[in-house]
Amino acid sequence: MSKKLFPIVALLMVLALVFGSLPVAAGNAAQEAGYGATLATVQERGYVICGGNASVPGFGFLDEAGDYQGFDIDFCKAVAAAVFGDAEAYEIRPLSSQERFSALQSGEIDVLIRNTTWTLTRDTEVGANFVHTTFYDGQGFIVRKADGINTLEDMDGGTVCVQTGTTTEANLADTFAARGISYEPVVYEDVETGWTTYEEGRCDSYTTDKSGLVARQTLLSVPEDHMILDETISKEPLGPVVRHGDDQWFDIVQWTVFATFFAEEHGITSENAADMMAATTNPREMSFFGAEGDLGVKLGLSNDWAYNIVSLVGNYAEIYNRNLGPDTATYIPRGLNSLYTDGGLLYAPPFR
Amino acid sequence: MTTTTAKSKVLPPPTERYSLLGWLHKNLFSTWYNALLTLFAAWLTYAMLKPTLTWIFGEARWDVISANLKLFMIGRYPIEQEWRVWAALFLLTWVIGLSWGSWVKKFELSGLVLLLIPVFMALLPFSMDDRLKILGLSVFSLIGYVIAKSQPATFSKVSIFAWLLYFPVGLLIIRGLTGDEGFFPVVDTQLWGGLMLTVLLSVLGIMFSFPIGVSLALGRQSKLPIISWISIGFIETIRGVPLITILFMMDLMLPLFLPSEIRIESIIRALVGITFFSAAYMAENVRGGLQSIPRGQHEASHALGLSGFQTMAFIIMPQALRAVIPILVSQFIGLLKDTTLVMILSLFDILGIGKAVLGNPDYIGTSREVYLFIAAVFWILSYGMSYASQRLETALGLGER
Repeated sequence: MSKKLFPIVALLMVLALVFGSLPVAAGNAAQEAGYGATLATVQERGYVICGGNASVPGFGFLDEAGDYQGFDIDFCKAVAAAVFGDAEAYEIRPLSSQERFSALQSGEIDVLIRNTTWTLTRDTEVGANFVHTTFYDGQGFIVRKADGINTLEDMDGGTVCVQTGTTTEANLADTFAARGISYEPVVYEDVETGWTTYEEGRCDSYTTDKSGLVARQTLLSVPEDHMILDETISKEPLGPVVRHGDDQWFDIVQWTVFATFFAEEHGITSENAADMMAATTNPREMSFFGAEGDLGVKLGLSNDWAYNIVSLVGNYAEIYNRNLGPDTATYIPRGLNSLYTDGGLLYAPPFR
Repeated sequence: MTTTTAKSKVLPPPTERYSLLGWLHKNLFSTWYNALLTLFAAWLTYAMLKPTLTWIFGEARWDVISANLKLFMIGRYPIEQEWRVWAALFLLTWVIGLSWGSWVKKFELSGLVLLLIPVFMALLPFSMDDRLKILGLSVFSLIGYVIAKSQPATFSKVSIFAWLLYFPVGLLIIRGLTGDEGFFPVVDTQLWGGLMLTVLLSVLGIMFSFPIGVSLALGRQSKLPIISWISIGFIETIRGVPLITILFMMDLMLPLFLPSEIRIESIIRALVGITFFSAAYMAENVRGGLQSIPRGQHEASHALGLSGFQTMAFIIMPQALRAVIPILVSQFIGLLKDTTLVMILSLFDILGIGKAVLGNPDYIGTSREVYLFIAAVFWILSYGMSYASQRLETALGLGER
């Protein structure tokens, strides 16, 4: 029996050697996301892959028909519209907060749009490049009115529910340590479990970005029994993220975001985009629409890229109101996320 | 084994018979403190059940389940192609009916119960269209049963082929042929989800890991050093790592090794990870079975002139596998529940779908309903497997000497 098996063993060893050497030979190509590489890969594939979130109300979730909806999803659609002129040429890879950067680095996704906070470490060591912020947020606390908590100091010795693996968790620890407030964190993997725990009274306070608090407060069983503390302990600029090393792709995603700002500044909406494109005499708008100049070509796209974004997905206000506006269950006042002319922080550089 | 007596001579122990009152007295109220304990337990049960039941039948918002039922069942699979999943299900019930009719000789009550489950399900508030489809499951299995009953001898062989063919054919129906247009467009596996994905991953995981596990168990016992080293290395490496790590490796490390043009579908990565993980554990379970077979069995079969392969295939392996059925089924149930970890591969199994549905602003605050529903689905699947294995053990006379 052993004699018969020898050839098989020999064959296995040869195969192992061959397969063992293959990945080494081919492996170097994947990591060099050099200039233009991402766009080429995306165009060849035929769709954009966005790292997203499948369970944050208002930002990313599955509707009854199994389609993705949400603020972050709409920016993924905008990138697809810019690259392909087709807002449906995208695929969402739902990611947890811990694995999102690994997925970006390994090339599993082209762009990460998953309420990710822009920090220096992430911008450098983690190998991520943050494009312009799409949503300005800050961390706050919600408490029960009956507990008589008005400042963070009142929370001394209490318990705080917080989602694990996020900047939120780190901010909480830093702030409370700096102010010498003792507390006990109750950590959760997903948002809903944390909220249920807070509602059942197993923690004194729930902390997350204020947008999340505002949106979720209305859905607590008795919203009036709870209040959000005035204090904001952090800046949370949330926006799309791309890999280091491919400046062209960075520019495409960056200017896709600016295009939605510009369209709102100039009153261009998905409904009137076609009419305005035909009628406008404003030189900035003409180059925005691609009627003049070659802004799209400079990005490596077609000249009607910005028109496609606005006509297929909408301007910033449309995207905002569709997902977080007054008519939705997740209403968040615009606040800092208004145009600079309305006292907000949204400001598009010139399209020329 | 050598001193087995004929079964007919063994009399069962006499069974005790009680009236209802007698039973109550013996089991619940035999002494004063037992009576107290019984009353206390009854009160406790009532106190716990009452709020639970009022919640389940009164307050719970079950619309989150009914409105998203399609998502829970087949995930993001396109709705216009949904009939293909039904076709695969009909085919499955037909094959079950066929093998039931040809293999099960006498009337079995459990068969009737299985047949009636869809009938009861059709009474639930589904749409008329869905009710007809659910009833179709019973009809197709009945057709298979009647066909097989007409000529059991022929169809017993046919049903074996039908089972062998079923999985490739069923997968082909669900996945589709090449091309985007036409009658059978390909449905991207990224869109598969829900219960369908959970069942698919566990069934395929079980099917693939079984032969690999048995080979590894044999390999580990092999006298050839390289084969045994490879087997030991594989088993100990995989067993030394948590499943979630293996899936992470599949998700994040694989793209680093492969050129960027090659993208392996997530479902394949998940399946490979699950299969390897399960195979390593299976190998050790099967090895336990192999070691329980006395040396004499080998010697006796050699004395009868059987070759090494024949000894293993016809003497040792059947006994070894029979001995480890309970532990294998435990492992399969574990595998079923482990498939929920594929969430990290961005696949929406039934638990992943539940989490995604909870993100929908319309259904915020319904996590109890969603998780309870998912728990019920898993309980039914796990108990079904456990029950089937108990039947198999009885049929094989396991545990009796």
